Formats: sequence, structure tokens, C-alpha cells
Amino acid sequence: MRTITSRFEDEVLTVYLETDIDHHNAMQLRTEIDAEVARYRPKMVILNFDAVGFMDSSGIGLIIGRYKLLQEAGGKLKISALNNRCKKMIDISGITALVGIE
Amino acid sequence: MKKARNLFKLVFPSRSSNESFARTAVAAFVAQLDPTMDELADVKTAVSEAVTNCIVHAYKDTIGLIYITARIFEDGNIDILIKDRGCGIRDIKKAMQPTYTSSTTDERAGLGFSVMEAFMDTLTVRSKIFSGTSVYMSKQIKRK
Repeated sequence: MRTITSRFEDEVLTVYLETDIDHHNAMQLRTEIDAEVARYRPKMVILNFDAVGFMDSSGIGLIIGRYKLLQEAGGKLKISALNNRCKKMIDISGITALVGIE
Repeated sequence: MKKARNLFKLVFPSRSSNESFARTAVAAFVAQLDPTMDELADVKTAVSEAVTNCIVHAYKDTIGLIYITARIFEDGNIDILIKDRGCGIRDIKKAMQPTYTSSTTDERAGLGFSVMEAFMDTLTVRSKIFSGTSVYMSKQIKRK
């Protein structure tokens, strides 16, 4: 069962996260996101959280990991469609200093 | 020592597939207090962090049992004890520092305890090396 869907347009890869983000799902999310990034080599990746009903700090690890990988490849990372719950976790983590929020 | 109005105990092996089940079980139990969506989500997230710690750290390369006890009190306060018989924490103060993680393999943010502290009212951690760890949290569910 795939955990993401994606759309690539104008050098921007939008990744729609489709599951809860916890330690259990994080590995598969990581594998699927990285496969898409390797396939398209985008200049920018947008992680869309619209369908994410739950996120714990494993999600922060996932975001930071993608940020680091993209940075090495000269790409940028943004986060979009945060609901209040995910926003609370992201605010507490302090990663808003690193990653653009749409 | 105040008496609980209700309580439940849950024991399960430290498989990551149980993370969702554990947080949902505690949330389902706390639901009888008619919490807000935010209060419920806070409790779910804190439990998820504590259970993940048992799986990732306490029972790092093995499978052990995780013990959860949750209690509801007359005044709307809840407390949750998450206990393991895993490797224990050598330096609790260091472990609780934000962004500190002993994990070398996963992409761990090191925020588990920080999240528990932020989302619950109290957090107490007790541990003994090679013996296990107890994480005790409480939260006041607001009366409406």
C-alpha cells in the first residue's frame, strides 16, 4: 500500500503524504519520497500534509532527513497544507527556521 | 492517594505496528471524559512518543513487552504510565534534552520527551540500567 502520491511539474515535485506519520510508517514514507526525488531530480520538493491526520516527532525526523538530502543536491524543501495538529508539532520542533511553510 | 474513577491496563510486544493501536486505545479510553479534539490529539501524540521510545530505544534490537496503565479521576485529571523492562536510560537528564538522540541509524529528531512535556501537564521519567524505564504523564481534561 503506497503511502504517497506525487505530481511533477515545472521542476517542482509535490508529494502528497497519505498516511499518519509515526515511527512505523516513517521508513516506507522515506523510501517512497526518496525514490520520487531520485526519479525526477526536482529543484523544489513540496510536502503536502492535507491527508495527514496524525503526526508525531517521527514526522519531524522525516522532514529534516529530506531537507538534508535535498540540500546536498542543491534543492529546496517546502511544506504545505498543514492542519492545526501538524502545525503544533512543527512549531514545537523549531524546523520552521529551516523549511519554508506555505 | 486519590482513587481512580476508571482505569485500564494494556500489555503488548514492542512492534512498531502497535504504535497506532496503543495511542488509539488510550485515546478511546480518555474519550469518556468528553475531551476536545485538541486534548485528545495531545494525549495520542504523547503516548505515541513514549511507546516509540520503548520500541526504538528500550528494546532496541529485540522485542519486549510494553505496559500501559491509564487512569481517569473524578476531577477530570488523567494519568498514563508507560513502562518497559528494556535497557534503561543511563543519563535521564541528557536523554530529555531537546534534539538529543542516542539513535545512530534512523532519522530520529530527538524530540520525544520534549513533545511529551509540551503536550501533557506533567512528565516524570524513572529508569534503571538493564532493568527498565517508567514514563509517567498526566493531563487535566477541562470541564465544559
